[in-house]
Amino acid sequence: MMKKKIGRTGSALLMVVLTTLTVALSGCSSDKAGDSAKVETGAETGTDTVTSTETAASTETTDDLSKLTVGIPQDIDGLDPHNSTGAGTREVFYNIFEGLVKADSDGNLNPAVASEYTISEDSKVYTFTLRDGIKFHDGSDVTVEDIKYSLERNMGVDGSEPLIKAYGKIDSVNVLDDSHVEVVLKDADSDFLTQLTVAIIPAANEHPETTPIGTGPYKYVSNSPQENFVVTRFDDYWGEKAYIKDVVFKIEANMDAIVLDLEGGSIDMMARVTPTQVAQLSDKFEVYEGTMNLVQALYLNNAVKPFDDVKVRQALCYAVNPQEIMDFVSEGAGTEVGSAMFPAFSKYYMPELNDTYNTDVDKAKALLAEAGYPNGFEFTITVPSNYGQHVDTAQVISEELKAIGVTANIQEIEWNSWVSDVYSGREYEATVVGIDASTLSASALLSRYVSDNGKNFVNFNSADFDAAYANASAATDDAEKTKYYKECETILSQEAASVYIQDLPEFVVLNKKFTGYVFYPLYVQDIAKIRPAQ
Amino acid sequence: MKYTLKKLSSTIVTLIVVSLCVFLAFNVLPGDPAIRMLGLEASPELVAQTREKMGLNDPVLVRYFRWFVAFWQGDFGTSYTYSVPVASLILSKIPITLTLGLLAFLFTVVISIPVGIATAKYENGILDRTITVVNQVIMAIPPFFSGILITFIFGMIFKFFTPGGFVSYTDDVRGFLRYLLFPSVAIAFPKIAMTVKMLRGNLIDESGKDYARTAYSRGNNTNGVLYRHVLKNAMIPVITFLGMALADMVAGSIVIEQVFNIPGISRILLSSISNRDYPVVEAIIMGIAIIVIGTNFLVDIIYRIIDPRIDIDD
Repeated sequence: MMKKKIGRTGSALLMVVLTTLTVALSGCSSDKAGDSAKVETGAETGTDTVTSTETAASTETTDDLSKLTVGIPQDIDGLDPHNSTGAGTREVFYNIFEGLVKADSDGNLNPAVASEYTISEDSKVYTFTLRDGIKFHDGSDVTVEDIKYSLERNMGVDGSEPLIKAYGKIDSVNVLDDSHVEVVLKDADSDFLTQLTVAIIPAANEHPETTPIGTGPYKYVSNSPQENFVVTRFDDYWGEKAYIKDVVFKIEANMDAIVLDLEGGSIDMMARVTPTQVAQLSDKFEVYEGTMNLVQALYLNNAVKPFDDVKVRQALCYAVNPQEIMDFVSEGAGTEVGSAMFPAFSKYYMPELNDTYNTDVDKAKALLAEAGYPNGFEFTITVPSNYGQHVDTAQVISEELKAIGVTANIQEIEWNSWVSDVYSGREYEATVVGIDASTLSASALLSRYVSDNGKNFVNFNSADFDAAYANASAATDDAEKTKYYKECETILSQEAASVYIQDLPEFVVLNKKFTGYVFYPLYVQDIAKIRPAQ
Repeated sequence: MKYTLKKLSSTIVTLIVVSLCVFLAFNVLPGDPAIRMLGLEASPELVAQTREKMGLNDPVLVRYFRWFVAFWQGDFGTSYTYSVPVASLILSKIPITLTLGLLAFLFTVVISIPVGIATAKYENGILDRTITVVNQVIMAIPPFFSGILITFIFGMIFKFFTPGGFVSYTDDVRGFLRYLLFPSVAIAFPKIAMTVKMLRGNLIDESGKDYARTAYSRGNNTNGVLYRHVLKNAMIPVITFLGMALADMVAGSIVIEQVFNIPGISRILLSSISNRDYPVVEAIIMGIAIIVIGTNFLVDIIYRIIDPRIDIDD
């Protein structure tokens, strides 16, 4: 009897452990759609709204329009804005925290906690004027000391590493008087304003990790892991106040149930819905179409054979047809990109680069022959399995490459493995992902191609590019800077650093009881602009 | 007493083995918790500094030992993802998963035992035949699929509940229970089918045995034999099964919590695994292990009550 019992306990436990491991190894579905990491998935752009027809015919009269429930695909990874890095967290925190400056939907940086700023001639000293009468959510006034505290916290205190790498460039933050503070940089950087969107939080708050206090249009109410994140309108907000009083960000673990949840009424809004799901929705919903603001590409490891040969890379560019990919993956939606820049950065985006390589199988074959691969070759595309669009894209590419005799095998791996093998370890041949920008600066997308950059996972190595990028960084004049950034993009295109494909389309669904969704060129959901439809 | 001691020592050994397995497994899995926390854009220096602070640079056995000591002192650590104590994170979720599991168990017991007896009593009758067929079908449907079906039929068509409209027990207990009713039915379905099948088979087997015939010959009627003699013997394997089923409800809830969007323990477990949040995963796995072992212990006790011939002190 005894033996049998132990066996039973043992097998039950074994099952529990095995289940856990299976989940861990296979990459569970909670990873799906919108992982918290920064590479992949970007923001939304100003590509305006496309809608389904008509207005909502009958909504129940009992509807409470003072409450909006927004579905979000992943949990909030911590309440401290300076220590939370998830892209999904940033998009929610946009409503709660503000920096000295704040991005608007056109990609401009407007004063927020600061009411105005001046940048010194040599781009080394940034001086900010504190907005008059601005208050934190707890009712206290924002002071220059709070600004100093917030910035210094990101610089790393007591010799620890800066939380944001760029903050290592700050020499000092000085309080000038009661309403002025200056940020002094070690070296000139005319782009540094883009880094100053970091949240300003009260120095007096001893527990920013449990009681988030900001200055944004919404203030924090409660947070329940894996369940929801609740905010309410901040009535003392300095700017244009929000319309909707209560907003619940509800964590939707099961992306397959989105349509059911929208139709059933448990959520009113959901971003990054797939084209298939959009097609299943009834006319109770308005669909806003934008782009995800990322650069999707077949990223090639420039350090391994045969991709160390520029001709091979160019051959692949000639063989891959972005339009065909868009047709298959998202029914034609999406915007072609020809270099490492997406269209929302209109100042830097160069549509002409889309034509550097127009699909030409013969030319591709000729280039392959020149490079010494007349009969093609075989390689592996490693794709993170939780991103359906990227897996689909890899499949289309694999088919397209058959035409030039190249065999592309697809290997799907779990996100964590992708991060450690491909992104950090650089042990791969090719991969399909999307790369987004963390700040409103072209350098956010281009710096990774500098040959000795730590994020240069494609191992791109070009002296011309390095020189152009260095010039761009050094330039203080905006036009000159833009010119050099564009030169960088052109080099990436000509050298075929990777096979650039598209900026993926993004669909946001909003119940027609509400209106006013706006896309941003960054990863944010601006809930303050959403209002009842009537 | 001897039995209890034996059981206790084997329990502790099992827990150690389980926790070590999970710890080692996570050690070989790809994925750096520090990078997971800081994001891909973090500088290597910051990652190195954070790893040092989290103690991730120590040898795995050192880390295991450190965790182990703290765990038995009641300190489950701090979640990497949520920066809150693991204990409070899990505690707030236990009522949800527990309610779900117990509701499912309740359904299983309350429905399957009477149905099982009825089918055995009227063996080969219309009821029996129908239920046998229905049973086969239900057993073949995995809970996630019945979950989707239930959501569609009862949520979308009949509107008995709002799909995905989970209400926290802190806000509205009745709404909470009403929402959990349907997922628990989805978990219970296959278990009910299996229990009915098992009980029916056992009852028919046992009633053909000598002691049952003797009971009949002493003038007992069908019901008397069935309830007083046969049922007790037939129940023993069923109780084992129900015990396992109760432990299995936890595993069943992993899938169902995803399908019904219930923010319970399983959701935390899944997200912690993909976030490489070891302290949370370890604590939950230990909890599950304790439940599994505890249930089995309980089953042994119930054995004895039902059948005094079983002497567990052996």
